[in-house]
Amino acid sequence: MTDDPILAARGLTLSFGVIPALRDVDIELWLGEILAIVGESGSGKTTLLNVLSGQSRPQDGIVTYRDPDGAAHDVHAMPAPMLRTLQRSDWGFVHQDPRRSLRMNVSAGGNVGERLMARGARHYGDIRAQALDWLEQVEIDADRIDDLPRTFSGGMLQRLQIARTLVTHPRLVFMDEPTGGLDVSVQARLLDLIRSLVARLGVAVVLVTHDIAVARLLGHRIAVMQRGRVVETGLTDQVLDDPRHPYTQLLVSSVLQA
Amino acid sequence: MKGYNFAYLDEQTKRMIRRALLKAVAIPGHQVPFGSREMPLPYGWGTGGIQVTAAVLGPDDTLKVIDQGADDTTNAVSIRHFFARTAGIRTTTHTAEATVIQTRHRIPEETLREDQIIVYQVPQPEPLYRLEPSRVETKRMHSLADYGLMHVKLYEDVARLGQISISYDYPVMVNHRYLMSPSPIPAFDNPKMDRMAALQLFGAGREKRIYAIPPWTEVRSLDFDDHPFRPINAHQACGLCGATDSYKDEVITDDQGGRMFVCSDTDHCERRREAA
Repeated sequence: MTDDPILAARGLTLSFGVIPALRDVDIELWLGEILAIVGESGSGKTTLLNVLSGQSRPQDGIVTYRDPDGAAHDVHAMPAPMLRTLQRSDWGFVHQDPRRSLRMNVSAGGNVGERLMARGARHYGDIRAQALDWLEQVEIDADRIDDLPRTFSGGMLQRLQIARTLVTHPRLVFMDEPTGGLDVSVQARLLDLIRSLVARLGVAVVLVTHDIAVARLLGHRIAVMQRGRVVETGLTDQVLDDPRHPYTQLLVSSVLQA
Repeated sequence: MKGYNFAYLDEQTKRMIRRALLKAVAIPGHQVPFGSREMPLPYGWGTGGIQVTAAVLGPDDTLKVIDQGADDTTNAVSIRHFFARTAGIRTTTHTAEATVIQTRHRIPEETLREDQIIVYQVPQPEPLYRLEPSRVETKRMHSLADYGLMHVKLYEDVARLGQISISYDYPVMVNHRYLMSPSPIPAFDNPKMDRMAALQLFGAGREKRIYAIPPWTEVRSLDFDDHPFRPINAHQACGLCGATDSYKDEVITDDQGGRMFVCSDTDHCERRREAA
């Protein structure tokens, strides 16, 4: 872990009309770390993710990304081609609904290979070999490589989306409720997969979830959001075992015990 | 012809089209919008090409019109006749004699020269339209040179069929920057576009776009290193002139299953037979 954070946000503020979505949010993220952002629906989690990943522009505040050479870039001030290049190679985005980022009429192999080809890979054999390798890593049978995603189950789609995102070895991945809408056993396998991949590749992850259990399993650090404000932040276990802020206490105590 | 301006279009319109052409030449392969006019022929018959031709034609020009390689089909004959009447210019079927060549779906076999202009009729200028339905998005992809999607299509072809299966309208990269549709010419003709001596202009009337390739510009057909681009052609020699290196059409000759392969470029075929 280096001294400088890979992603740093200072004083992010954004409101939609009279509704404040973000109020003076500070975030820091280091390489190899998973930061879980939790909070109830409408607390500004997804807005924060969109602002951090350069998809929406804050009214105030700055997001700084540090590239592999150590140079800092203001995410919202960099030219569009540069942002696009980052988004398709150094960064990744895992949506809650894999159908949003997967191409449903393109085979699994094509989906995994797209980011490689966008980055300039022009050797079919190599692209296919990497696609096969990644399907194996996310536990999808190699003989499904030419099948269309629409023949896949929900859990497989999500794993395919993860393979597609990680194939370019991004340094920073944004995940928006990656396990949402999946049943518990599928969720458990997926969480296990994400945890091992992230640990092995050493990527930094911003993980948005409303599920405290997911945050506890994956997150190294946690930020609790309420009405656009980060009310509590710290090491995941610390925050969840000894919540200080009344809202965090409420959140932790409302988790159902199985 | 009385009652018409030279080459049918009014001077204002021609100037507008020439401005679009200048911009198109300055940015090779980039699609420039233009105010396409109603022409006295239906969309899909070459309204884009005919407007570009009208804008570049001068009184000293000699016009050749090609339709699928042939000079004697309805579209070719009508457009040639149209400009002979409205501009009073000379027309020809000989590639070498023409200064402006308007074409649909073919590039002549004969190598074009620096003093010639070839005008393509384009039904669909957007090479990504089958892959990405949103024009806003394809425009952004062009501006950011984000062409991974086109390669996904090629990948899918090789994965499914073992080869790239595009036989016409084969996408090209112009000057290492813009992905471009070469109009529905056979992939066989793609290599002729690369570093062509003549100026290449493209007009899409219904879609209201003009684009261009200046002379001697690099035009590369997309492919994979291990699945290189290959021009596709019939193996048979031309049944009339015996040429093996020209692009052939298969012609059904009777209802007994009789068929023959002949040069698609009728002028080229005639020259060869005259020379023999």
